[in-house]
Amino acid sequence: MTTRDTNATDGAPILELVNLKKYFQQEGLASAFLRRKRPPVRAVDGVSFRVTAGQNFGLVGESGSGKTTIGKTILRLEQPTDGSVLFEGADVHRLRGGALKEFRRATHVVFQDPNSSLSPRMRVRDIVGEPLSVQGVRGAALRERVAEVLQLVGLSPDAARRYPHEFSGGQRQRIAVARAVAADPKLIVLDEPVSALDVSIRAQILNLLRDLQDRLNLTYLMIAHDLAVVYQACDTIGVMYLGKLAEQAPSEALYREPLHPYTRILLSAIPRPDPTQRHERLPLTGEIPSPSAPPPGCRFHPRCPIAVERCAVDEPEWREVEPDHWVACHLV
Amino acid sequence: MTEQRTRASLADADTILSVRNLRTYFYTRDGVVPAVDDVSFDIRRGEIVGLVGESGSGKSVTARSIMRLVPVPGRIVSGEMIFQGRDLVGVSEGEMRQLRGAHIGMVLQEPMASLNPVLTIGDQVGELFAYHPDRAPDGSRDDAVAEILQRVRIPDAVRRMTEFPLSFSGGMRQRVCIAIATACRPELVIADEPTTALDVTIQAQVLDLLLALRAELGVSVLFITHDLGVVAEICDSVAVMYAGKIVEYNDVESIFARPQHPYTKALLASLPRLGERLAHLPSIEGQPPDLGDLPPGCSFSPRCPAAIDRCREQAPDATAIPGASGSGHVRCFVAADMLAAGAATANAAPSGSTP
Repeated sequence: MTTRDTNATDGAPILELVNLKKYFQQEGLASAFLRRKRPPVRAVDGVSFRVTAGQNFGLVGESGSGKTTIGKTILRLEQPTDGSVLFEGADVHRLRGGALKEFRRATHVVFQDPNSSLSPRMRVRDIVGEPLSVQGVRGAALRERVAEVLQLVGLSPDAARRYPHEFSGGQRQRIAVARAVAADPKLIVLDEPVSALDVSIRAQILNLLRDLQDRLNLTYLMIAHDLAVVYQACDTIGVMYLGKLAEQAPSEALYREPLHPYTRILLSAIPRPDPTQRHERLPLTGEIPSPSAPPPGCRFHPRCPIAVERCAVDEPEWREVEPDHWVACHLV
Repeated sequence: MTEQRTRASLADADTILSVRNLRTYFYTRDGVVPAVDDVSFDIRRGEIVGLVGESGSGKSVTARSIMRLVPVPGRIVSGEMIFQGRDLVGVSEGEMRQLRGAHIGMVLQEPMASLNPVLTIGDQVGELFAYHPDRAPDGSRDDAVAEILQRVRIPDAVRRMTEFPLSFSGGMRQRVCIAIATACRPELVIADEPTTALDVTIQAQVLDLLLALRAELGVSVLFITHDLGVVAEICDSVAVMYAGKIVEYNDVESIFARPQHPYTKALLASLPRLGERLAHLPSIEGQPPDLGDLPPGCSFSPRCPAAIDRCREQAPDATAIPGASGSGHVRCFVAADMLAAGAATANAAPSGSTP
């Protein structure tokens, strides 16, 4: 989405991650019976970034890169192992009482698959109204607001008394979006919001999200594997690899001048819908290593086509090489 | 993409599968669902044909019809599928078993669902030779299996064939499935969304592998996908399906450069692309129809920006696209009128003066 100067001028981050880490202890029969501790899975291993109000931030990465865990930790669905998440300057994992209630109003989430994120046994009015009733909205005010947001997402008011199964996939995702905006939030985490949808429906939902952002002053954190979708929807893109950010830049700069070798490979692997532009894909050898035993030095070095000796030893620093363009690579 | 496509030579090569007017209907309690309705296309030797469409468009049922694996309550109602001189619609189940695996291989979306978790990789690849002794290797089975695994670029194949699917990554599992599908050197491989469950860098590796196997084995591929980017990367020709019908069928360059059907046009326009950030993506309003309750006339007409009254009353037949190789066609009244008008002006103009 295009830069919104009105919001961007203050430059205050609505969301800030400070060296966020989330490790998962591996459970299992082996560890239970043999009392042998397995190394933890380092799903997120020291991630820092800032999201400016009104500026959408996209997190891309392949499966196992930690992007979904970041989203969950921001929303307090996971406790961080170390580091912190600041929402409007306050550590979200230390919020209590009224401040916590306000945080829950001000943030919401849209998940990938509306078939599993919407309860099949609740009517649409209860699904969409739930974030409001939690905030104490009742009666006529609740009904009016539900009707209002259903209209906002392009559904008819009589959708309120129906059940999710009566809707198509695209309409169900509209219901999920209606619920996300019902309590007038500031930040919405979109976790793969269009990847479960049919191709002809994706543009509809992306356009809806954009319209709502303009009307409701929202900021999106979009988590997705599809770089083209994130490029269209976000102002800044962070590329994750194995629990860390490899590169972060304004969307256009990331596409035009990718600096990290992994970003370049990722870009070259994306199929382009133009048969006249068939190109040589940059080779990526091997598989993503286990996040419970990340390689020493730079995590990407065993697969990196330009790695030097130093990459296997020293962990590259996360540094700003151009204004707003951050990269973790010794060779940039 | 290391490989140069050879369109001219493909056009001359013989057709290995010719599907004509295929209809596969499902007889449900709620009525007849025309999942595949009057579908026609050809696959030539060494050609990769893309079958694109959204969920419910009939692309997977088309694939299952070719394999004669249509689930109950569906059945092939009419049409023909000529493969190596035989009509697959009429052959016996016994004959079909000889064809499946040996002459027609299949790769599915979820490799873990295709592989048996309690058999070693080597046993699962080698199993085929027990069913198709005529295609079995002369030497030892293990040597042949190792060679097949090497062909799909599985490193350390001799050791890894003794392992089980769980110790393979998603991309490696899909390579195993491709190894199984190509073990008997089939003439045709049907790949149903083979890269959809994979990460984009792994998808790129699998696409490169399919192209390499086409070059090495001369195998033809029916590639089923919803991803037009993947189609543009590897297919030679494309059939676009909507609500059980092929609405447009042509070579890949023409489909992307000069789409004729309004659905193809809208679909291409709505794709989020890299390189140009749009304030608004052109979108297709509405949603795909319920196959059990199709609108009258053209199934796309309720969503079609170009629809005229006729489209809402009559279903269009396939019209040949002038200049298209093979059986390129479009199923649209408006597109057919425009093609006819274009041909008329081209004929009316004195030769040499048309641009």
